Amino acid sequence: MKPNFLIAGALAMATALPALAAEGDPLYNYTLIEADIAEIDDETVGAFDAQGWVGGDYNRFWWKAEGEFADGDFEDAEVQALYSRYISKFWDAQIGVRYDLEPKGETYGVIGLQGLAPYFFEVDAAAFVSSSGDVSARFEATGELLFTQRLILEPGIALDFYAEDDLSRQIGSGLATAEYSAQLRYEFTREFAPYVELAYEEAYGDTADFQRLETGSADDTVFKVGLRTMF
Amino acid sequence: MRFKLAGLLIATSSLIAPAALADVYNLEIDQFERTVDGKTLTGVSINGTSPGPLLRLREGEDVTINVTNTLDVDTSLHWHGIILDAGMDGVPGISFDGIAPGETYTYNFTANQSGTYWYHGHSALQEQEGVFAPIIIEPAKPDPFEYDREHVIILADWLNDSPYKALANLKKRSNYYNYNRRTVFDLWRDWRNADRGEKTDVIQERLAWGRMRMDPTDIVDITGYSFLVNGETPEDNWNGLFEAGEKVRLRFINAAAMTYFDVKIPGLKMTVVQADGQNIEPVSVDEFPIAIAETFDVIVEPEAGQSYTIFAAAKDRSGYARGTLSETPGAEAAIPELGPRPELTMAAMGEGHASHGAMTESEATGMDEMTMDMSGDAHSGQGKMLAMEHGPKVLSYDDLRALTPYTDRRAPDREVELRLTGNMERYFWSINDVKFGDAGPLEFNYGERVRITFKNETMMEHPMHLHGLWMDLVNGEGDMAPRKHTITIRPGETISADVTVDATGSWAFHCHILQHAATGMFRQVNVIGGVQ
Repeated sequence: MKPNFLIAGALAMATALPALAAEGDPLYNYTLIEADIAEIDDETVGAFDAQGWVGGDYNRFWWKAEGEFADGDFEDAEVQALYSRYISKFWDAQIGVRYDLEPKGETYGVIGLQGLAPYFFEVDAAAFVSSSGDVSARFEATGELLFTQRLILEPGIALDFYAEDDLSRQIGSGLATAEYSAQLRYEFTREFAPYVELAYEEAYGDTADFQRLETGSADDTVFKVGLRTMF
Repeated sequence: MRFKLAGLLIATSSLIAPAALADVYNLEIDQFERTVDGKTLTGVSINGTSPGPLLRLREGEDVTINVTNTLDVDTSLHWHGIILDAGMDGVPGISFDGIAPGETYTYNFTANQSGTYWYHGHSALQEQEGVFAPIIIEPAKPDPFEYDREHVIILADWLNDSPYKALANLKKRSNYYNYNRRTVFDLWRDWRNADRGEKTDVIQERLAWGRMRMDPTDIVDITGYSFLVNGETPEDNWNGLFEAGEKVRLRFINAAAMTYFDVKIPGLKMTVVQADGQNIEPVSVDEFPIAIAETFDVIVEPEAGQSYTIFAAAKDRSGYARGTLSETPGAEAAIPELGPRPELTMAAMGEGHASHGAMTESEATGMDEMTMDMSGDAHSGQGKMLAMEHGPKVLSYDDLRALTPYTDRRAPDREVELRLTGNMERYFWSINDVKFGDAGPLEFNYGERVRITFKNETMMEHPMHLHGLWMDLVNGEGDMAPRKHTITIRPGETISADVTVDATGSWAFHCHILQHAATGMFRQVNVIGGVQ
C-alpha cells in the first residue's frame, strides 16, 4: 500500500479518535460484510463489499472495502479510511482517503455523505479526487421490502460519474456505469443472511462505446450467490 | 412468615433495641449465576439473590446500611423514592464516587416517610443484571386503609443475553430486535380490508411513516425477555397465600429494565390505595398500567375457595409475568389472553411530531385510532370515559388524587420545559436534543417551586424519575395533586409536574428505561442554596 494512503488513513483516525475521546461515551463498533460469487463469461468471479465503524454516536472512524477477484487474482480492490461526523438526525458527513490496489495503485481524497433518506433508503454518496487531479463521484442507494420478517428484498442502485474522459481506464465523462440490483436474503439471524442477487450493469456514453469495442456489449446481467453478515 | 418470597426478609442486627428505631443492614453486591427459562447467565445479585432482600424499615428509623462491593468493578445502590441527603442518594458521579471493588460504603438516612419503595444499582448496567429489591417503610401512624396480609409483587424483565451486548446490538442496528416489522403482505391485507374510498389512506399512511423514517411497530427496543414476579417465571408461578375472608395488600413495584406492564387479576377488583408510596383516594379498578420504576399498592378481597392469576402483560404483548393468589400452595388459575401487539398510530405521533398539537390531534380524531389503547387510553380522560361505558376500568393518571393535600400549595415560580428527544436510528436518547454527556446541569434554586413540563417528542413512552425531590403531578386535581417520584409521558404527550425545591445538593433526573438513561436521557439537577 502506498505510504501516502497510510499517512492519510492515519490522519483520518487521528481526527476521529480525539473527537471520540471527547464524546466520553463507550466505543461501539459495526461491521457489515457481503461476499458473493457469480459466473461471468464462463469464469467464476468472487466479490466482496464491506464496511464498518468504530466510535460513538457523533464521531466515528469509518472504513469501507470492496473488491472483485477471478482466477485467484484481484481485478478490482479498494479501501477507504474515513472520519465520519454526525451532522443531522439521519446523516453523517465523511472525509478521508481511498486507495485502489487494483487494477492500478491510486490514492484519492474522499468527501461524502452517508445516511438514511426519507422512505428508509440507505444512501452513500461520495466524491473522489485522485492524486493526479481526476474527479469522480459515486452514488449508492438501497431500500428494503419485507416479505416476511426474515425474507427481505433489497433493491439497489449504484452510479459512477467521472468529470473527464480517462482513456487509460476506458472511461468517458459523465455517467459512466450503473448497476441496478435486487438482493433477496434470508436473515436466519441478523448476523447470518445468505442471499441471491440479480444485478444488471450498464455502461453509458463514451464508456459504453469503449466497452462495446472491447466485448461487443455495454451491459451485462449477473446472478450472484452470497452471504451477508453483520457484527 | 408473611412473605413467601425466599430470602426476601433481611437478617437485621439490632445495635440498639428496636424501640429506638435504628437498625443496621448489611448488603453485599456480588456476581451470581442464574438460570432463567433454561439459559444460564451471570448476573449481579444483592446478598446472593435477585430481587435482593426486602428492606423493611419503620418511619422515623435512623437507617444504617453497609454495602460491600464484591465485584471487580465499581458499584452503588440508590434508594428509589426515598427523601434523604444528597450524599446518600447513591448515584456515582453525582451523589458520591461510587463503591470501589472490595470497599464497604455506609449509607445513613432517616426514613421520614412510609410506603412501598425500592432500591437498585446505579452503576453501569448492573440494575439490568439483577441489582434491585423492595423497600417497605411501615408508617408511624396506621395506614388509612385496612388489610390483613400483604405481599410484595416486584415485576422484572430478565434478558436472555447481556444488557451490554443488547446495547451494542442496538447501536449497530436499532431495529436489531424488531421481528414485528410490517411486510408487503401486511400492506396487501390492509389494502384489501380497507373500504373502497380509504384504500389510498392505507398507502398514504405507509408513506407518512416512511417519510418520517419511523416504524409504527417499534414499541420496545429489545426483545428476548423473561418476565418475572418476585424473580420467578410464569412457569415457576410465584404463589401468594391468603386465608378466607382476608383483605390482601399487594405492593406492586415495576423494577423492569425496559418493560411497562398492564396488571390485572381476573375475578378481582383492585382498590388502588397508594401510588409511588403515597396515599391516594382509593380507586377501584380492573387493571392498571405500571410504568418502569412506579409502585402501586392495591387491596384485594379474594373469595374463599378461589385462586386468582396475577397477570402482568408486557406492553408489547411479547409475554407476561404471572403469579397466583390462593389459599393453598401450588394452586393455579386460568391465564388470560395476552391480546394483540400494539402499534403506534400516525395520530398518536402527529407528523413532524414536535408539534404541540400532536395529542390534541389524536384526541380529536377519535380514540379508535389509538391502537395503543392497552396502556394508551389509561392516561386520558376520554379513555376513562370509554372504559366506564364499555369495559373494564383501567387506572389513569386522572384518577390519582392525594388523600391529604400537600403543604406547599404555591403556584410555580417558573417553568422548565424538558423535551424528551432521541435518535432512534442511532439509538441514543436525549433531553432537549442534548445527551447527558454534552449537557450542563439543570439549576433549581432552593426554596422555589418549579413547574417541569415534559414534552415527549419521541415515539416511546418515558418514565421520568427525579431523585431527592417530589413531583406533584399536574393532573387537574389542584391541591390534591398526587406526589410522584416517577412520571410516565406517552408519545406526543405533554405533562407537567410541580416541584418544591426543598433539598439542596446534586440529584439525578432521568428516564427509567435503563438503556435510555445509559444513552443520554439523563440530567444532573443542582439545587443552589440551602443547607444540608
